[in-house]
Amino acid sequence: MSTTRKLTMAQAISEGIAQEMARDPNVFVMGEDIGAYGGIFGATGGLLDKFGKDRIMDTPISETAFIGTATGAAAAGMRPIVELMFVDFFGVCMDQIYNHLAKNTYMAGGNIKLPVVLTTAIGGGYGDAAQHSQCLYATFAHMPGIKVVVPSNAYDAKGLMIQAIRDDNPVMFMYHKGIMGLPWMAYFEGSSNEVPEAAYTIPFGQAKVVREGKDVTIVTISQMVQKALVAADELMRQGIGAEVIDLRTLVPLDRNALLKSVAKTGRLLVADEDYLGFGLTGEISAIVAENLDTLALKAPVKRLAVPNVPIPYSRPLEQFAIPQVSSIVEAVQKLMKAHVAEGIAA
Amino acid sequence: MAGAYALTSHEETWSETGLRYQANSYFKEVNMQASKETLLWMYEKMVEIRNYEETMASVYLEGKLPPQIQKGLAFDIGSGPVPGEMHLAAGQEPVAVGVCAHLKQEDTVVGTHRPHHFAIAKGVPLDKMTAEMFGKVTGLGKGKGGHMHLFDPEHKFSCSGIIGASLPPACGAGLAAKKMGKDWVAIAFFGEGAANQGSFHESLNLAALWHLPVIFVCEDNKWAISVPKSNATSIESVADRASAYGMPGIRVADNDALEVYEAVTPAIERARRGEGPSLIEVKTDRYFGHFQGDPETYRPKDEVGNLRRNDPIPKLAGVLRSRSMMTEAEEGVIVARAKQRVADAFDFARKSAYPAAQDALNDVFA
Repeated sequence: MSTTRKLTMAQAISEGIAQEMARDPNVFVMGEDIGAYGGIFGATGGLLDKFGKDRIMDTPISETAFIGTATGAAAAGMRPIVELMFVDFFGVCMDQIYNHLAKNTYMAGGNIKLPVVLTTAIGGGYGDAAQHSQCLYATFAHMPGIKVVVPSNAYDAKGLMIQAIRDDNPVMFMYHKGIMGLPWMAYFEGSSNEVPEAAYTIPFGQAKVVREGKDVTIVTISQMVQKALVAADELMRQGIGAEVIDLRTLVPLDRNALLKSVAKTGRLLVADEDYLGFGLTGEISAIVAENLDTLALKAPVKRLAVPNVPIPYSRPLEQFAIPQVSSIVEAVQKLMKAHVAEGIAA
Repeated sequence: MAGAYALTSHEETWSETGLRYQANSYFKEVNMQASKETLLWMYEKMVEIRNYEETMASVYLEGKLPPQIQKGLAFDIGSGPVPGEMHLAAGQEPVAVGVCAHLKQEDTVVGTHRPHHFAIAKGVPLDKMTAEMFGKVTGLGKGKGGHMHLFDPEHKFSCSGIIGASLPPACGAGLAAKKMGKDWVAIAFFGEGAANQGSFHESLNLAALWHLPVIFVCEDNKWAISVPKSNATSIESVADRASAYGMPGIRVADNDALEVYEAVTPAIERARRGEGPSLIEVKTDRYFGHFQGDPETYRPKDEVGNLRRNDPIPKLAGVLRSRSMMTEAEEGVIVARAKQRVADAFDFARKSAYPAAQDALNDVFA
């Protein structure tokens, strides 16, 4: 049995990277402020001291160049990890990601491998406004050719990071700022948990039932998992059993776990911090709709997400736009009172 | 021609190309001497900016420290009356006032993620700007934008939280002025870190190609968050890159308002005459961290102390006094007036109301 200790998500990510770097000399890290600073959100903390500046490389603010460099280095046999601070910043280098990193393997008929891990911070809730608060994981999940990993806690983050580094494909690894356990930002304490010292992997495409319940299924990801768990406690006090499913990866997506739980509860709430339109909530709802021949819903599917507005700065506006614990509780209460139509089918 | 603050440092950094001759001959046509009125304006604005940033540094900490915040945290960025990141520009006043002293209300300024000094120098109303940072409905953007996203169309000011994002829209403002037959100019402020962004290179080429009335002003404060210029930029002077795009490039080697003013003069005149863009790089100093709460472990401990010994504000006061342009009593009046404006703005912001939560849904489309 491996020894465990309680780590923050930032510490767990950094530890996972360090263990893979020790194991595989082809792994290296590039990005802005990842060296002496240790990453603005701590994901590369301590790595410069361990591995030196040849393997922990601070970059100029030249995202097109260094993300394209990662693609080129991966094609040549390296395994780069590339951080870009905030997901919002990917706008300046998207061509290198979606036209090249994501497509080259396919266009080469599977003849090249691009084992690149792109890491970035996501999420709002702390007043950083429209250009520093987005999630955007659905944008990357929408584009074929990139795996998308979005952990909700330290244990998962380490196992998923090691899995990501060992994967022969581009992986987008997205960590929510509000669960990293930073000393300068409030966070959900459930995100810091026991993490084994030894290296381990968590396979992609395996959702986790983080809390069992019989009345309603809450499907979610990232920080919203932690919010859903707090909401589930409150709902339990009201006599409602909520089952919380942490998808953990969007690509690949664990459809079976979703369908199994909804078949059991008959009610589905999808809770998401990304935009409502054309995103995770729509995708999950569609999968359930496509399977109504084998499962029965007691109430229409309910979706909670950012209502198609940029993230506003002002606190009351931001708290309105981003689903809160209280909005999850209210949505479930409404779901428990709703019913599907009867007798309409021909 | 100007006196003691004139050209030596600029001439030294002209590229070894035909531009040296072009720039020198061009400089001879321009009177660069700042008037008393201009010098006094620059001084008052610098005092106002410094006081604004120092006031904000203190107000920003309200509610963000133990014991009001989550146990175990040293600081909570999301708490207090002004949440989110806060990038302050104390020490960088000369570049803002030295450039904006040349501008009319019709001229456009596009700033950076560290925007307060530019906004204040361009004439953005202090009360609405501060209310925006407090997230109040009376703010420039009704509380939707926050400190990195200040938009004031009346004073033709905007900024962005994205590095290198100021240059393309400044080209756009320049193109619009040209198409409308106006002599308006556009200023793109950006940091030395942004000079390694694609948008820098693309914008310089486009502006030179189309002879746009744009002045690209690089604030070289040495630090791109934690990464020093020497670790991120392949050459010493960003201004040297001007020659690659066929425009004059000047490096102002001292953090001095008068030097900036004089270096920018010919660039502004060149733009107003429709002759095209210029690139000005100014060595300036960041007194605070990248953002408030930045532990700055990457920065030599004595660096800021040394920089503060070359504080540009007392330096300009010294120039004004030595030229008999400001008495001690007049200085007292100026400083008190600037501080009062700042105090009034924070008071206005605090007393203003928050927007209704539902207002989050408005303004996505015009």
